Amino acid sequence: MSVARTAILGRIRASLKAKAGDEARIAAANTRIATHANQLVPERARGPEQGRVALFRSFLEGQLASVIEVAGDDAVPAAINTYLQQMELPARLRMGADARLAAMPFAAERGLVVETGPAQADDAVGLSHALCGIAETGTLVMAAGGDNPVTLAFLPTTHIIVVRRDTIVGSYEEAVSKVRDALGAISMPRTLNYISGPSRTADIGGKIVIGAHGPRNLAVIVTG
Amino acid sequence: MRIETPHFKDNAHEALKDKQLQKALGGLPGGLVAQRAAARAKLPEFETLRDIGRDLRNETLELLDVYLETYERNATAAGAHVHWAETAEDARRIIVELCKAEGAQLVTKGKSMISEEIGLNDALEEAGLEVVETDLGEYILQIRGETPSHIIAPAIHLTQEQVEADFRRVHDDLPADRALVEPAELVGEARRVLRQKFLAADVGITGANFLIAETGSSVIVTNEGNGDLTQSLARVHIVITSIDKVLATREDLATILRLLARSATGQECTTYATLSTGPRRPGDVDGPEAYHVVLLDNGRAELLGTRFREVLRCIRCGACMNHCPVYGAVGGHTYGWVYPGPIGAVLTPALIGIEKGANLPNASTFCGRCESVCPMRIPLPKLMRHWREADFEAGQPPLTQRMALKAWTALATRPRLYHLAMRFGAAVLGAAGTWRGRFGWLPLAGGWTKHRDLAAPQGRTFQQLWAETQRGVPR
Repeated sequence: MSVARTAILGRIRASLKAKAGDEARIAAANTRIATHANQLVPERARGPEQGRVALFRSFLEGQLASVIEVAGDDAVPAAINTYLQQMELPARLRMGADARLAAMPFAAERGLVVETGPAQADDAVGLSHALCGIAETGTLVMAAGGDNPVTLAFLPTTHIIVVRRDTIVGSYEEAVSKVRDALGAISMPRTLNYISGPSRTADIGGKIVIGAHGPRNLAVIVTG
Repeated sequence: MRIETPHFKDNAHEALKDKQLQKALGGLPGGLVAQRAAARAKLPEFETLRDIGRDLRNETLELLDVYLETYERNATAAGAHVHWAETAEDARRIIVELCKAEGAQLVTKGKSMISEEIGLNDALEEAGLEVVETDLGEYILQIRGETPSHIIAPAIHLTQEQVEADFRRVHDDLPADRALVEPAELVGEARRVLRQKFLAADVGITGANFLIAETGSSVIVTNEGNGDLTQSLARVHIVITSIDKVLATREDLATILRLLARSATGQECTTYATLSTGPRRPGDVDGPEAYHVVLLDNGRAELLGTRFREVLRCIRCGACMNHCPVYGAVGGHTYGWVYPGPIGAVLTPALIGIEKGANLPNASTFCGRCESVCPMRIPLPKLMRHWREADFEAGQPPLTQRMALKAWTALATRPRLYHLAMRFGAAVLGAAGTWRGRFGWLPLAGGWTKHRDLAAPQGRTFQQLWAETQRGVPR
């Protein structure tokens, strides 16, 4: 172990008047992590299920994202095609190897070109599937990987996210539970991305401009 | 970064006369204050969440060594390389060596105040690397050769017209007659220029708002998405952060995130929050091949054992400076080092020494707005007062000031003598000021009367009036 590490930890322990290897302190930290208790979850995040999607939707729209609700997975490609036409965007998108997306009838959408892999510099539209949604702030939770490459969420001008209606939870804490269920107690993807709207900045004169470095357009398709 | 804190008073005079700066400061802080208030009103649990946030940060600091070891263990298990840096110099050396080992030429950077604290850009450039700041505000500062004047809105001191002039000067390969009037046009131009840098970068450096012990993750919170492009497109992702940033769990992060954006900009949440853990995995098609985290101490471990420990709870939202009348009047550069405003007035003396930093804790009216909005409930005025005491104990203030303070102490700690002196003063000044009711000049009070009149006392002290009221004397 490095000299610097020993010195820093030693100084911290001196400041805290603690000893290295103090079982009680180690147990206290381990217990806190193992129980990962919720703190206060705001009431708005604990509301009944029927209002949840509406809350999710209202926050996303407030952040200038588009939210499109469809009846089922079979309707997703057509909804995407319609959105791209309405926005006057190219009918060409890129997605990862996500099995849920692959099972959707994209081949039936005439004129819509679907490519796969990580985002390329000149890609106009990226498509990803969310792990879940969070109603309390209108947030999508994205687990990066081969299924949903992280660059698809940041490099193209337009990002489209598909989220299943029954995975939209109330709070961040519930979303963390879903991550644990999907990946294991402490396992994480290379990045877990919380996304709540298109990219924005207020760095010039304090005025909000949409489309700073990430996508200018964010469309969220709620399915199922 | 150069330390200019000893020149605070001169800088403040200059700042007050600076018309561009006053124009830039004029509209902005008030907006952030109103936005925070609106966000707070929309979340009824906000004040309780502040208590919880304070407590969980205290609990984490109390076990900081254990949480850092846990963080390191879990980060390493996920493939991260964790480096420990005792000083700014150590951190610079580690990062420069990592870049050199990669054969890097181009480094992109997300916004990081710790990188400002250690003077990272200069070190990388001295080592022959091209460094590009990618946060829009930081990019503007980089092309101007300036430093941030605010911890979350680094270019808040600049007007749109200044940015336009800078873009025309620096992006000289673009048509000179292009339209650059709307903020969207300026943002679009920066987007196109920086995109090439993201795609060509060898190393991407970001800070970390937090570390999570449970998973060994580092967290960044942004609105632009530049930090994500920085860390996802380069071959190597280096995180530079400090040892006080560790949280226990992702649930604790949820609480802190509820406080951070609302306190900072009045947003319900930032557009992006990213938890990064290790390098790209087998099966991943993008993301960095290597992931390094540099943990900086630079005096924080010692600070933990002092009466200033509470400042380490800070989550860098900037609410204290947004609400500070002194910051609002003079801007962030006046403070003369990395961290401006009330948080800087407490943190700066701790990091650079009270000998150099003494002006900052003295640049406060103690109005208390900073503490009243701090999401971590850091008692900033109390901590500034501690620094004033330390300054006095170190014998730093000029002799006249120290004598005056000693005389005041002698008076203020003897109630009978104090009341007698006050009665005498109120009577004499009251009699002298009967005619105009105010003084345009008074001996020993020139600093006050130079800029405004001093109201003349009414002849009797508050204590006298109070005693009369208690006796039932009609008012």
